[in-house]
Amino acid sequence: MSQEPQNLLVPLEKGGMLRSNMELLMKGRIVKMSPIDTKKLKTISTKIRMGILDAVFYAQSGHPGGSLSCADILTALYFHSMNIDPQNPSWIDRDRFVLSKGHCSPALYSTLAEKGFFPKEELKKFRHFDSFLQGHPDMKKVPGVDMSTGSLGQGFSASVGMALAGKLDKKDYRVYALLGDGEIEEGQIWEAAMSAAHYKLDNLTAFLDHNGLQIDGPITKVMSPEPIDEKFRAFGWNIINVDGHNFEQILSAIEEAKKLKGKPSIIICKTIKGKCVSFMECVAGWHGKAPNEEQYKQAISELEAQLKELEVQ
Amino acid sequence: MAEKIATREAYGNTLAEIGEKYPDIVVLDADLSKSTFTYKFGEKYPERFFNMGIAEANLTSVSAGLAACGKIPFISTFAIFATGRAFDQVRNSIAYPNLNVKIAATHAGISVGEDGASHQSVEDIALMRSIPGMTVISPADGIETNLAVKAIVQYKGPVYLRLGRLALPAVYNNFADCTFEIGKAITLEEGTDATIIATGLMVQEALSAHKILQNEGINVRIINMHTIKPIDEEAVINAAYQTGRIVTAEEHSVIGGLGEAVAGVTARSCPVPIAMVGVKDVFGRSGKPAELLKYYGLTADDIVLAVKSLF
Repeated sequence: MSQEPQNLLVPLEKGGMLRSNMELLMKGRIVKMSPIDTKKLKTISTKIRMGILDAVFYAQSGHPGGSLSCADILTALYFHSMNIDPQNPSWIDRDRFVLSKGHCSPALYSTLAEKGFFPKEELKKFRHFDSFLQGHPDMKKVPGVDMSTGSLGQGFSASVGMALAGKLDKKDYRVYALLGDGEIEEGQIWEAAMSAAHYKLDNLTAFLDHNGLQIDGPITKVMSPEPIDEKFRAFGWNIINVDGHNFEQILSAIEEAKKLKGKPSIIICKTIKGKCVSFMECVAGWHGKAPNEEQYKQAISELEAQLKELEVQ
Repeated sequence: MAEKIATREAYGNTLAEIGEKYPDIVVLDADLSKSTFTYKFGEKYPERFFNMGIAEANLTSVSAGLAACGKIPFISTFAIFATGRAFDQVRNSIAYPNLNVKIAATHAGISVGEDGASHQSVEDIALMRSIPGMTVISPADGIETNLAVKAIVQYKGPVYLRLGRLALPAVYNNFADCTFEIGKAITLEEGTDATIIATGLMVQEALSAHKILQNEGINVRIINMHTIKPIDEEAVINAAYQTGRIVTAEEHSVIGGLGEAVAGVTARSCPVPIAMVGVKDVFGRSGKPAELLKYYGLTADDIVLAVKSLF
């Protein structure tokens, strides 16, 4: 029997604020887990952001805004939660990750390079004619990419298929999917959501990179998918709201999702598009635009300063 | 003669037959399992059968995820939805990563009958053969369907299997009569005056045309082109060289189907006059299958006329 969802993190009320970690801890609502080295994770995510900037700058194309907004989610997954082996990318019992918002490939590639799946230097060839780093993820070419994506909505369905396979084979591996908040305007997202709940895929955890912006502007103005949490809840999902730049909250939510039986969970991550690069933050224009040399240098120097600040902490 | 059976039913029977031998086979349907006959597999192997509801886009991409984890998914719905509605999913989720999914679509062509144009797929071959790496197979009867299913399960890569609703008279008397190899055309009758290259239910019509023409002293070769992609170029070129005239016959639009695939080969290697029997760039309509096949010019008599037009 499926268990009633228990939000261990307090859901984000409409227009409300996220509770502090301390408050959640005091109420015993943050799941106990292996100690989190926040400083280490922040350092890694800053390096991943630098890789994103490299990729997009040297390609002079690509999608920096949504890549920067999801960098902390990817860091939490690949450097804390996921059971993977960079030396054996097609290990049959590995956890799977599907970047359903495939245009944010710079974030995935930079994460995989940081994790050691391939040399970081390759990032500078992103989108180039002779590179294996295609504009959108290609599982046949890139070690560590579990599904080819790019046409929005499809990756989420593929992650449902992977989770079904895991159940069928009675495997312990978990499947993670990362969706964009613009992407959930696709009808296929809701077909996939319905099927994941129908088949009780508690081995599937989705993340929503909820940065509020899509190419043409705020998602609420272009085609509002709100209220997102109520929609997923109505489709039979467990909902966890977190600050998508807070490692304690992200990791706690992942643990909560792992423990919940009988239904899939979606971790709705409130994020900032262009996070950590001052002039890119909250600007829809940086969805799919490369920085010029001056902007690139400024962005890198900002990230370097953030790294230094972490060192002295 | 073997009994009359629809290729869709032979497909469902075969899946149920081979399910035990291939534990990696999973079957997915979109609320049409009674019509596609996948229910037969579902009854025997319920844990490996997934009804995905009326959601063809999801059906298609979910199968990609299953294939990425080592399963051999067979996905079924009507051809119009499998190839039209979910085209982007077939292209990007299945074919681009070259995943091992078998798209077995039923109710192809106008012989769907009473449901009318919205459900009569006459563009599916064109759509599927345009996708890089996709294999396209259109069996002629129940026995060939059985052998085709057994062949594609052993082949690694995406396959489109085109199946029909209508119960068909058998082309092959028994299994010993039919050797099925993907990409290898079958010559059913030898001839020197012209060649009829047919696929699907038009193979039976081509055999009838052969008899009519024989009585009039015209000796035609009959080729069953069950694999439309990759097409058997050698069989087409030999037909062009040795008989000098080709008629193609398909229950599909003359645009983008078997006819143009054959013409593509001859245009490159050995140009000969070609007449195409197929649906002439129009939508279908409601009616009895036999009425429709006659109305749209898809009978033995139409093939005979096409052959004569080349003399």
